[in-house]
Amino acid sequence: MIFASGIAPHWRTQHTVPVMMRQVIYSLLPGITAYIWFFGIGVAVNCLIAAVVAALTEASALLIRGRPVKLFLSDYSAIVTAILLALCLPVVTPWWVTASGSFFAIAVAKHLYGGLGFNVFNPAMAGYVAIMVSFPEYMTHWTAPNIGDIDYQPLSALATLQYIFTGVLPDSLTIDAISRATPLDTVKTELGMMLTMGEIRANPLFGDLGGRGWEWINSAYALGGFWLLFRGIIRWHVPVALLGSLLVMAGAGYIIDPATHPGAGFHVFSGGTLLCAFFIATDPVTCTTTNTGRLIYGAGIGILIFMIRTWGSYADGVAFAILLMNMTVPLIDRYTRPKVYGRPPTGKEQRSHG
Amino acid sequence: MCPQTNKPAAYDPQPPRPEWGIRPPTRKTGSLKLPILEASPPRWVVIPIEQCLGVSARAIVTPGQHVLTGEPIAQADSVTGTDPGPKLHASISGEVIGIENNMVPGTSAHREPCIVIRSDGKDETYSEYKNLGDPLQMDAGKICTLIAEAGIVGLGGALFSTAAKLQNSSGIRMLILNGAECEPYITCDEMLLRERARKVARGAQIMMRALGAPDTVIAIESDMPEARVAIYDAIEELGDDRIHESVVTAKYPAGGERQIIQLVMGEEVPEGALQNDIGYVCHNVATAAAIAEFFDEGRPLISRIVTVTGGGIETARNVDVRIGTIMADLFELIGGYYDVSSHLIMGGPMMGVCLPNDELPVTKATNCLIIMKSRELSPPRQEMPCIRCGECNQVCPAQLLPQELLTASKQHDMEALDTLGLNACIECGCCDYVCPSYIPLTAQFTSTKLEFRAHESGMQRAAHARERYEARASRLQQEQAERDKQLQEQVDAVSGTDSIDAVMKRVASRDKKP
Repeated sequence: MIFASGIAPHWRTQHTVPVMMRQVIYSLLPGITAYIWFFGIGVAVNCLIAAVVAALTEASALLIRGRPVKLFLSDYSAIVTAILLALCLPVVTPWWVTASGSFFAIAVAKHLYGGLGFNVFNPAMAGYVAIMVSFPEYMTHWTAPNIGDIDYQPLSALATLQYIFTGVLPDSLTIDAISRATPLDTVKTELGMMLTMGEIRANPLFGDLGGRGWEWINSAYALGGFWLLFRGIIRWHVPVALLGSLLVMAGAGYIIDPATHPGAGFHVFSGGTLLCAFFIATDPVTCTTTNTGRLIYGAGIGILIFMIRTWGSYADGVAFAILLMNMTVPLIDRYTRPKVYGRPPTGKEQRSHG
Repeated sequence: MCPQTNKPAAYDPQPPRPEWGIRPPTRKTGSLKLPILEASPPRWVVIPIEQCLGVSARAIVTPGQHVLTGEPIAQADSVTGTDPGPKLHASISGEVIGIENNMVPGTSAHREPCIVIRSDGKDETYSEYKNLGDPLQMDAGKICTLIAEAGIVGLGGALFSTAAKLQNSSGIRMLILNGAECEPYITCDEMLLRERARKVARGAQIMMRALGAPDTVIAIESDMPEARVAIYDAIEELGDDRIHESVVTAKYPAGGERQIIQLVMGEEVPEGALQNDIGYVCHNVATAAAIAEFFDEGRPLISRIVTVTGGGIETARNVDVRIGTIMADLFELIGGYYDVSSHLIMGGPMMGVCLPNDELPVTKATNCLIIMKSRELSPPRQEMPCIRCGECNQVCPAQLLPQELLTASKQHDMEALDTLGLNACIECGCCDYVCPSYIPLTAQFTSTKLEFRAHESGMQRAAHARERYEARASRLQQEQAERDKQLQEQVDAVSGTDSIDAVMKRVASRDKKP
């Protein structure tokens, strides 16, 4: 009998890149569902717009670069980037803002650096920061969650669609009427107005931990994150280090001065913290590779999130924290290499001779 | 006593659980159901002449000659220059039909000279090796000579001359017998331990005598409870309390030589050094059993246990098969093929070699033959760029960073490869196994190692040349300095301002002489 040839090893994992990316998308679904429940279908529309633009941009970039289009399009990495970007945007963001962000993320932050595996900066966060800085007013049009007992009329699905695609609101409404500050925004401005945390939290916008609605959405993200951990798609080092350092800093702030620091629970369950901890900071391409390096990386992001939220001028510091730590990744990688078998433990890697 | 915990051998300590390594499906139960089959001698054998690592060999029989089972038919050269080269023996009795080039199993299906013997149906044994005497009374050199005479080489697959390995024996603290069969499908060592543990223990005694080692550890994996009991019973029966057993965690590749030393003794072999340098010698359990068989029964290495398994074979089992048996005949013997299969792998699914057909002979290195259907293999996929997930870093048993090694190797950055420790790579395939981008890392590192070693030897030659140049330059300088000194001395000997006049007068007077 004649047999075929092959090179060892003949067994390989079933966790290929498309499988991993699809698992990430599935584990985002609980979060997206909660988001739609509280804020309407605008987020799904944003995800769709971002995904379509991302796919088209990726296909064009691959064609221009002469790379195999089908292989890279079908790895779903552009879709994941697009969805993560869309989840950071306000629900009523105009379509062209979302599209610009998605285009920037894929074309500039990913393909100009070399495509999958070669980008230094997280594409979703780079895209977010690009549109944040270019179209700042649209990025502040956050709406309030649908929690029933606020004196607020949420937009209907049709009206949301109409605004996203045409920029026209129903007759009786202006953009100022429908937009509200996020819990993080509220905390920042009202602390600036010298209110204490107790007074700020009396606002019906705040729930037990974070903002109402937002704490459910973030919990759903955490659920998805635990699923990824369980499946082995991500490892525990980055989320634990990120949340740990944030908890320590926020807890310290709260203990030192509870009147001007919102406390650990608030920091973890509002804004993009849990989305970042499980989905954005764990992006393998832009993260460090060794376990020690990941602990340092995660801790750095957590510290930066706290610093930007407390002392910076942005309400949520997740995007900038990620980008700043992305810059330090080659350095961290260089100095957290494990000891090679057979070499003495001198604390730094050694040449074998010379 | 178990060296790890100082408790008696039968005590089951918690084996150390390393962070490295993978746990693929083991697929061993199929071939463990039936006992070892003693294959009857085949009608003809094709024995490759070169079956010792790193040395060439010559046939010592001629076509037409009649040989007996166990008669020497080839002699290999010495490996280190001081050890006796191992011999090769006829595995059946009959007539040597010829010495021809045949395809042999290996990484490239190349042709090598083989001795072909046709059986005369009698299987008469060569009796010169019986009654050699008690090996535990012989001195070490004699034991090594006899082991080479028996043709015993490393049966774990490396085929390194056992006599050469036993000769380098100063300061050996522990003999380690490696029974940790970590690759999936392979069960030949486990079956050997279950059924012939006494031979393994006896071989340990003989090797300890040759090495002057005070103790032996037989290392097995935690998923071999029957083997553990068998070893314990064998040790009790022999009554030798220098032999212990140690259980290691059932992870791949716990059975690698450097990894087993790390797991059993807790020490690492330093880079660039051999295991002997830290006082350990590691041999496969089958090698030990072969040594015992030779000294106690007079049977040189003419057969070995091969695991035949996989989805494409009718009955999976272990077979004690004569060296040189054609694989197709072996499969016929145990029931034939079950179905058309796509691959025949010699070895395991992680490090095994794909063979082109089943007309190849079984050699001393053949520990397992897997007839694989395509559904048992991972479907091939196109390679994608590295997504820096770091899974390879987690599983590497040498604690390397395959991800950074890949970058350095693609850039041909020799310094980085040295810093990252490319030479410590054991090519186990764990990094390939976990890579989501299906990058052929092991193949890349194998080919890069050649380049790296060429570069290193080039650097060594350059360093040597620089030494010689500097030595020559300083020698010339020294000679020049000496000449200058002599000249200066001569000048000083003729002192005063009229020294030049004196010279001129001497020259003039000399010229005047007839």
